[in-house]
Amino acid sequence: MNIIVCIKRVADTSEAEIVIQRGGQGLEEEDFAWGINEWDNFAVEAAVQLKEQHGGVVTAMTLGGEDDEEVLRRALAMGCDEAVHLCDEAFAGADAWGIAKALAAAVRGRSYDLLLCGAVSGDAGGGQVGGFLAGLLDLPLVALATCLEVGSGNGGTGGVARVRHEVESGLERVVEVDLPAVVTVQTGINEPRYVSIRGIRKVAGAEVQVLDGAALGLQAAELGSAGARVRLEELFLPPRGEGAEVLEGSDEEIVQRLVEMLHQRGGL
Amino acid sequence: MLALALATLVWVLWQRLALLRAAAPSPRWDHLGERLRRLLVIGFGQSRQPRYRVAGIVHILIFGGFLVLSLRSMTLIGEAFSAGYADLGSGYAAVKDWTGVVVLGACAVAAWRRVVVRPARYHDRHARSSHTPEALLILALICSLMLADAAYEGSALVLEGKGGGWRMPLASLLAWVFGAVQQTGGAEQPLLGGIHLAAFWIHNAVLLFFLCLLPLGKHFHVLSALPNVFFSKLEPSGKLKPPSHLEADFDALEVVGVSKLEDLGWKELLDVYSCTDCGRCSDHCPAYAAGTALSPRMLSIKMREAAYAHYPLRGKVVPPEQRPALVGETIGTAELWACTTCGACEEACPVMIEYVDKVVDMRRHLVDDGRLPASLQKPLAALEKRGNPYGKMARKRGDWVDGLAAEASANGNRAVGSDRSEGGDPAPCGKGVRILAPGDTAEVLYFTDSCAAFDPRIQRTAVAFAEILLHCGADVGTLGKDEVDSGHEARRFGEEGLFLALREQNLLAMEQRKFSRIVTSDPHALNALRHDYGVELPVLHHSQWIAESVASGELNMQGIDDGRTYTYHDPCYLGRHNGEYQAPRQILAAIPGLRSVEMERCAGRSFCCGGGSLSLFNEPECERRMGEIRLDMAAAAGAQVVVTACPFCLINLEDAIKTSGRDEHMEVVDLAELVAQSLAPQSAAMESESA
Repeated sequence: MNIIVCIKRVADTSEAEIVIQRGGQGLEEEDFAWGINEWDNFAVEAAVQLKEQHGGVVTAMTLGGEDDEEVLRRALAMGCDEAVHLCDEAFAGADAWGIAKALAAAVRGRSYDLLLCGAVSGDAGGGQVGGFLAGLLDLPLVALATCLEVGSGNGGTGGVARVRHEVESGLERVVEVDLPAVVTVQTGINEPRYVSIRGIRKVAGAEVQVLDGAALGLQAAELGSAGARVRLEELFLPPRGEGAEVLEGSDEEIVQRLVEMLHQRGGL
Repeated sequence: MLALALATLVWVLWQRLALLRAAAPSPRWDHLGERLRRLLVIGFGQSRQPRYRVAGIVHILIFGGFLVLSLRSMTLIGEAFSAGYADLGSGYAAVKDWTGVVVLGACAVAAWRRVVVRPARYHDRHARSSHTPEALLILALICSLMLADAAYEGSALVLEGKGGGWRMPLASLLAWVFGAVQQTGGAEQPLLGGIHLAAFWIHNAVLLFFLCLLPLGKHFHVLSALPNVFFSKLEPSGKLKPPSHLEADFDALEVVGVSKLEDLGWKELLDVYSCTDCGRCSDHCPAYAAGTALSPRMLSIKMREAAYAHYPLRGKVVPPEQRPALVGETIGTAELWACTTCGACEEACPVMIEYVDKVVDMRRHLVDDGRLPASLQKPLAALEKRGNPYGKMARKRGDWVDGLAAEASANGNRAVGSDRSEGGDPAPCGKGVRILAPGDTAEVLYFTDSCAAFDPRIQRTAVAFAEILLHCGADVGTLGKDEVDSGHEARRFGEEGLFLALREQNLLAMEQRKFSRIVTSDPHALNALRHDYGVELPVLHHSQWIAESVASGELNMQGIDDGRTYTYHDPCYLGRHNGEYQAPRQILAAIPGLRSVEMERCAGRSFCCGGGSLSLFNEPECERRMGEIRLDMAAAAGAQVVVTACPFCLINLEDAIKTSGRDEHMEVVDLAELVAQSLAPQSAAMESESA
């Protein structure tokens, strides 16, 4: 049971003041704390749990700058066996399709039964990479998994996975999918283990395979912003809509004013 | 028979010691003088017994009897080899006879308590079986020793035609009985001789049986308690055992924490053997009172049961992989996470058993294994990334001082020592505190820790303390954004690596600034700086600072006479773990007109509010919150205001006021707030003067 799990390092923007860079192309990042995307953390835990049950090798993979190696180390500390870092300055500005293409290139030629991704990322929130990967690799896809088991089924040759996943209208359903397959993981699928500082330090010396665009056999024109077909025009805070009001003052004043307003407008 | 019994005893002890020999080291051979003193006072002096009046006195009497009669027991055995050996003169005979009377009386009271009174602490909620049968068996054995000796002596008196009189009441009583039987029943001399001989052999047989029985159950403490007291931990209770006694470099350790019996130090296993199952620890444990999964007594009992099962008297040692996991199965994780490390159990234990180090060591194993309550993951990640458990931005850590500075400059005030205004920008300063940049000097460093820096409610106590500092004219600075969490609770929750990283950052920030004393308003930070950091400068708690200032006349407090009754709640890490019970009480006493009462559980017996820092993110399943139970105690003492000296006590007790619907008639304040309030008129006067 070999598993590849694709992860991403994202900024934790909670508590930070959101300041948009001049030019509207990005955020001031000074106050951000960085870490693994929450959904990806569940995906790594799911992969490691499957490995603990069935054996095999789990490979963690990310695409990003040098600092992003941090999330690979963390994945190794959680129990992943190998780490692959797709790192090339030319990757900068890639859209989801570009990221998926690079990942697909790195995945091809590896032996795997299951490809796991977080359902969505906490920053861009597109939820596209998993789907693109399935398309590029011609694999079946199950999205938003809330429970994941593998076993030998009656279907295909390489075993199957039983996946419970969310569908519209608040429903969930259980499907059986032939392996290899792509599964994107929803939060709450498991309880990710804690990674101690010591755990991270223990894998400080572990090897991380670094691959650039050339190593992946990709042309420069396909990479990063050059290859992006979705381009950012402007980033901005949504303007205050009609009827919206921001209350100001001390906490007590705000609460008092809010209660008054709710009374006045029939909210209470 | 003697040889067989002694051989059995030695063999059983040797088997029992097998686990101690396989255990990790415990460096407990230092300070032999102090150890001897403890042995005499706590061991032979039984100084911790009278905390439970009746049980304590009964125990002291039986223990005293043991000491007096052990000589008799030995000489009686000697008598078997050489006639007359047991005769130590009429003086000792009288003493030991009277001792027999006392011990019999004490045993009667003890049995009465076991069978009729049955104090709640004798039966643990989590225990699978009662130890009352064992206790009664032991009492029966002790009584039969007393009676056999008396029968031996009494029959001798009749045979010799002598009377013991008041000097030997027990022997005389039996002599009288034997005499009466002899006269009425016409029994003959040989029968009496038979009784004499039988009593002698019964005494010796019971004694040897008793000896061999000891290491099999809870009465092992008869043999192990004195050594346990001798080898007890001498360091302050707030000082944690390091992850390893052998390897100082944490990162170099192969294994972290305790996951099996052998990972414990030999002294910690001796603890387990020494548990008398008296239940005093759990009786004092706030987590037990709150109805959580934890009962400290059961930690010892379950570990002892595991020790006996896996190191059996006969047969091979069960290898660790064939046993139920010590952490997670024998001891449940819920038990371990319910502990607030308040130390009440250790304070209550008459034989100096240590619990906190064991709990933390088992947590270290769980953390290393990634098994941590989900609710703690975020605060720990925030501690790592942002230096505080709330996930607030690190650069805002000093903002509360800036807020004060803005207020102060609006009022035209300047803190003492803020003389950097010549040239350059003035250092931000508020009331008596300013933020120190690297290279700056102040007389005193105020270590705020995360709670006072970020929690709006606790910032108010920091502001109150700053007001007091201003009043004292003290030159005080903070580390501002360069301070990170002390890591005190991270360490106690088992995350040693994170603690070490935080400590390194704080020590670096301190190194870059000059000061000669440290003050903090958080007892957890106080304990961290004193015992986890090994800071050499004096570290004061704000209550100690204020008490000093009151004593030296720097603070003149106006009276508080609001008709309410106040009570002081001892924070665990100020009181039990750092021995400061007096300073806060001196301050209360110095406020004219303030009426204060003590709760029954005060000072060393204080009842934890629910725990500090990370504990706020970790609420174990319970029947009632500790804070609510504590408020009941305050209410029972007749208090309407609880004064405390710890940010977390304040938060927990304020929460408990809300959850128990006491908003209207109870209040919690920090000592600093109370003092600042009593200074208010004067400082207002000063402000108007300076304006």
